[in-house]
Order: sequence, then C-alpha cells, then structure tokens
Amino acid sequence: MKANAVNLIEKEWILPGNRTCPGCALSLAYRHTLKALEGQCIVTVPASCATVMHGMYPISAVNVPCVNTPFASTGASATGLVAGLRALGRKGITVLAFAGDGGTHDIGIQSLSGAAERQYDFLYICYDNEGYMNTGNQRSGSTPLGAVSGTTPVLGKQQYQKDMTAIMEAHGIPYVATCSASYPLDLYEKVKKAKTIEGTRFIHVHTPCPPGWLFPFSDTIKFGEMAVETGLVVLYEIEDNIFRLTAASESLARKGGNLQPVREYFKSQGRFKTITEEQIDELQQWVNARWKHCLNRATNL
Amino acid sequence: MAVQRKSNIHILDGNQAAAIAAKLSRVQVVAAYPITPQTPLTEQLSQFVEDGQLKAEYVAVESEHSAMAVCTSASIVGARAFTATSSHGLAYMHEMLHWAAGARLPIVMACVNRALGAPWNVLNDQQDSISQRDTGWIQIYCRNNQDILDTVIQAYRIAEKVYVPVMVCYDGYILSHTEMPVDIPEQVDVDRYLPPYKPHTTLDPDNPKNYNLVTLANPRIGVDGKLCHGYMELRYLLQEALQNSAEVIRDAGKEFNAIFGRDYSNMFWEERNEDAEITIVAMGSLASEAIVAADMLREEGIKAGVLGLRVFRPFPKQDVVQALRKSRLIVVFDKNVSYGSEGATCSEIKSALYGTYINAAIRNFIVGLGGRDVKARELVEATKKAISSLKETVTNPDYPEWICHI
Repeated sequence: MKANAVNLIEKEWILPGNRTCPGCALSLAYRHTLKALEGQCIVTVPASCATVMHGMYPISAVNVPCVNTPFASTGASATGLVAGLRALGRKGITVLAFAGDGGTHDIGIQSLSGAAERQYDFLYICYDNEGYMNTGNQRSGSTPLGAVSGTTPVLGKQQYQKDMTAIMEAHGIPYVATCSASYPLDLYEKVKKAKTIEGTRFIHVHTPCPPGWLFPFSDTIKFGEMAVETGLVVLYEIEDNIFRLTAASESLARKGGNLQPVREYFKSQGRFKTITEEQIDELQQWVNARWKHCLNRATNL
Repeated sequence: MAVQRKSNIHILDGNQAAAIAAKLSRVQVVAAYPITPQTPLTEQLSQFVEDGQLKAEYVAVESEHSAMAVCTSASIVGARAFTATSSHGLAYMHEMLHWAAGARLPIVMACVNRALGAPWNVLNDQQDSISQRDTGWIQIYCRNNQDILDTVIQAYRIAEKVYVPVMVCYDGYILSHTEMPVDIPEQVDVDRYLPPYKPHTTLDPDNPKNYNLVTLANPRIGVDGKLCHGYMELRYLLQEALQNSAEVIRDAGKEFNAIFGRDYSNMFWEERNEDAEITIVAMGSLASEAIVAADMLREEGIKAGVLGLRVFRPFPKQDVVQALRKSRLIVVFDKNVSYGSEGATCSEIKSALYGTYINAAIRNFIVGLGGRDVKARELVEATKKAISSLKETVTNPDYPEWICHI
C-alpha cells in the first residue's frame, strides 16, 4: 500500500519543542525517516543542525537511541555500530547515519566512502541544506553556483555543487535515491524500501533552509517544490543499477517533461542576490542537460 | 609468590605478542589501518579472524580516524573493541581519542611507538604517545614482549572496571620486530581473569538514550526534575576515574600474578635501586637498557639503580617519591621532548618531587629520537656527566641535554 497522509504511522519519534528554526526542512525529513523506520533504529549524527535538534543534555527531542560522533566520522561510526551489533548477535535494528551536506560532501566523504566500499549494512541519509548552516551559513561542497554565504560574501560561489549521489552510485552500493523534504511521502516510501535492502544505502534529501537561503519561514515547501519543478532537484532512485524517476519528477516526465524556468527560483531567494544573468543562463543549460540525461536513463517512463 | 603452572614459551616479536593477547582477550571488534611498525599486528589479527581462531568483526578501515570511530561506536553498543597504530596514525586519531575517553569507553589500543614527521622517519621514539598525554587515556609502557602480552590482557580488565580507555605502548622495532621468549597463557585462565565486557549504557530502541549530546557548562535539570551534570562535572569524573584507577591497575597486576605467576602490582619497576644514590629513570625498552648501564656504573663503584616507568597516566606520584627517597641524583632519559621545555617524564618526576623532603638534583637527557641507537655506554657517560655537573651546581638546568652530534 502506498503511503498517504491518512495511513502514515501516527507515532512521533521527534518530539515537539525542539531547537530547529521555524520552517526547518531537516526536521520534516527526519520525522518521516523515523516514521518509516518505526523507531527501530540506532542513529549516528555528526556535528550538524541535527545535533542541535537532538537537544541539550539531559533533554533530547528525539526518541530513538542516538550516538553523536565527530564531524568526519559518520560513516565509520555507522560501521562501528553495525560491527558491534553483529558481534553481539543483535538483529532487527537499522543503523541510520543522518548527516548534513558539509558532513557528507566535505569532511565526512572519506569515512563514508570507506564504509560504502566495505559494503557495511547501514542507511545513510544526507540532508542537504546547501551550506554550513549550523555555523551560520558558510559555503560547502553542496552550495550552488552563485549563492552568497559567509565565505562567499561578495561574489557568491563560483563553482557548481558536488554531485554526491553520483559519487555514491559509483561505489556500486545496492540503493541510491534522491528526495526532497517537500515530498515527504516519497521520502517515506524510499526509506521503507531502503530498510529492507542489505548493504550500504544512500539517500540524498534536499532540505530548503529559510534563514540560510533567505526566504520567508512559511515558504520552505514552496522552494522545495520549485527546485523539483525546475529540475534543479530530480527525484529518482537507483536500485541494483536500475534508474527510475519517482514522485513529482516522474509526473513531470510523464506530462511531457517540460520544466519550469530556473530564473524565478534564483530571483526569489536572498542568497542569490548577486547572481548574474549569465550565471542563471549557465545554470539553465546545466539543468536542461541533466534533465535530458535523466529522461534518457529512466527505465520507468 | 608465583603460582606453579605449566609454561608455554614461544618465541614471539612484540606485534605477535600483542595480537595473541587481543585474541586471548576475546576482542569482538577490531578496526585498524596499517602503519609501520604496527602493520604485522593488524595482519596477524586479520589472519586470526579469517581462519576462525578469533570470533570477531575485523574492519579494514580507510584511516586511523575511522579506526577509532569504529571502536567508539562498537564499544557504545557493547562490543569489546581493539585497535593498534603508530605515530602519524595516532596523531590522525587525536580527535577520536578525546571522544573515546570523554564517552568513557573501555577501548584498548596498542601504540607501537614511532617518531613523527616532518621529516619522515619510521623508527622508534615515544613522541607519538606522549603527544596524546592529555586525551584522558590510561597509558602503560612495556619493557619487553612478555610485558606486551600481559599488559594488553590487564588493560581490558582495567579499562572495563574504570570505564577509561587504555593505550598499551611499546617501542617500534626494538620490541615490535624483535623476537623474545614469551609465555602464552591458557585461554581458560584468561577467561577466568577477564570477565565479559558490560557496557555502562545500552543503545536500545525500546529504551532510547542519546549519547554524547551537547552538554552545557553548568548542571541542568532533566524532565524528571533531577539535576544532571554539566560538562565540567563530566570532565571532573574523568579526572577522578584516572586518579582512582591507580588502585585498579595495582589490583589487576596483583590478580594477574595470582593466576599467571607474573607480578604487575607496581606502577613502575625498580632494579638495583634499594641502595642506589643515583637513580636512572626511563620508560619502555630504554629502561631495560638502563639496567645494563647501572651494572656498568656499579662496576666502577657508583651506586646506580633504575626506575622503569610503566604507568605514565595516571602518573604514580606518591610511589615515585617513595622510590626516589634515597636518591642524591636523578637522571631522566626521555625518548620524547616537549619542545621549548624538557622531556615529558622529567617534568613528571620534578612535579612529583616538588614540595616533598627530597631535594635530589635532576638531570634530563633527550635520547633515541627517530630510532637513534641508545647504547648502555652512552647512558653511563651521560650519568657520569650528570654526576660531575653536581660539582658546579646542584640547581637543575632550564633545559635538557641532547645526546646527539650538536
């Protein structure tokens, strides 16, 4: 049965009164992840907004067992949890690594790559708010071209985002998927599927960040949707090398594959205040090319 | 008095001794990354796991930082974890060493002592482990390969009693690659000595707990109205655990003697020190060399003895004072240096003696860095030089002397 707003499990593993900012997409993504796992998991979290969300000792807002671990070590920490559980013969618990884009694309890539190459049995979710938001928005390997940040303050970032999902796919792991916090049911389905697969699974979740991206707190869902509708974010999954478009990206493809122009997405966020028309054109071409590639690759259209 | 038991002597190098000790300790997760001179130890452990002699998860990690991260997380879920490294590997682990101790995880690590770059050098000194002095780990140094085997087994017993990780340090090549006779204990005896590991917290979805959460400086009230520790209190408890661990370390050594017939009930060991006027202090295999030097000095009528440091953290201040009470001159040889100051063990000795009735002169020599050979003859010459320096002044010099060609 496909997940819908009515049949979603009611129990909450993220408690109200946590420390996330208003309009935080990470909490939305995390909430549906834990629902999909029905709380039967041990989480490892590196330094990130998720650490802040988890609370301050002795009070935690998250009702699953969790290990906080240093920034660079998430993949290794997940490995250690799996190895420890296996050594003790404890079964039926999903090991979940939940890290931001800085902790995944940048400082954590080594330990994640090592763990994936060893094919350890855990689910890694990268929530991508496209910058070091926990430290007040500095540029990361996932900050988009043209975005102003604490460390690209005048000109905006001059490089493209690192395609972490493609890097993870190249590890030959059994399941790779992209999600958006604006499509929580798609995320829920993918986590549920990933739970049943053995080996390293990687899910990338686009999580718009109002204070970092400079848009109103009430518009998180809107910006997540715009990213998908413009093709800046493509929702897909790759299971055993079979590429499928999913959710809104699949619908877009089925309806003729016409994307919204990216211009409005950039013009309505404060972080792109210095983006040039040339950069927007360049990004539009980049989006078009990638979308074409995805349409060609999709096996389910 | 040693217990009568059948000996089981094998000719082993230090790395083999450490690997066999880890196996006898029934470690459940091993995570290690190869680095000279530790490499044969990790190869041996992976061999034990692959041929079924050791029922453990062997994780061939992609870095030492990850090795310790695997160990911390495996230890948190309740598995007995082991790793080993040297030099740059230990330096790369530095962040995780703080986490292992801060989270009170009884991990045991073999540190095969090697010099640090730049420039590259793969040979022995103790700069690597001394540089990790303040990470909250217990540090024990071995003088020979029997020590290595026995100390790894004791380390688990100590670590799991006080919930503090233990670093078992031994000199690269001098011990790691040198074969000596080693008595291998019976598994059944080790099992009797070392009960299974009981973690202080469990990670269970049905009783969720959040480990290493952000903790404020001040105590904070929980949802149940109970006042819980702040960061500062947690740090105090780690210090207290190390302070109190001395007793546990002595007991572990005493109990080891009762079962295996080898005594480790002292935090350091002494040779020829009963009537010594001059005490040579050294740590690790260098202390064995110092015995030869003491004998040579005695042949010349100089009453020299040796204090071989074993436990460096916690530092056994009172015991050291007691052992040095008759010494007129203390000559400390360090295979490490705190740049701009002096050798680390010299600082410890000075600190232990300050404010006591002992006012022996102290002379510090830096020796053996980057594998520079240290001959007993050189220790003798340095000691004689220290003796004649007393004619000029008893005041301790500001800086150590180096036994090198400058």
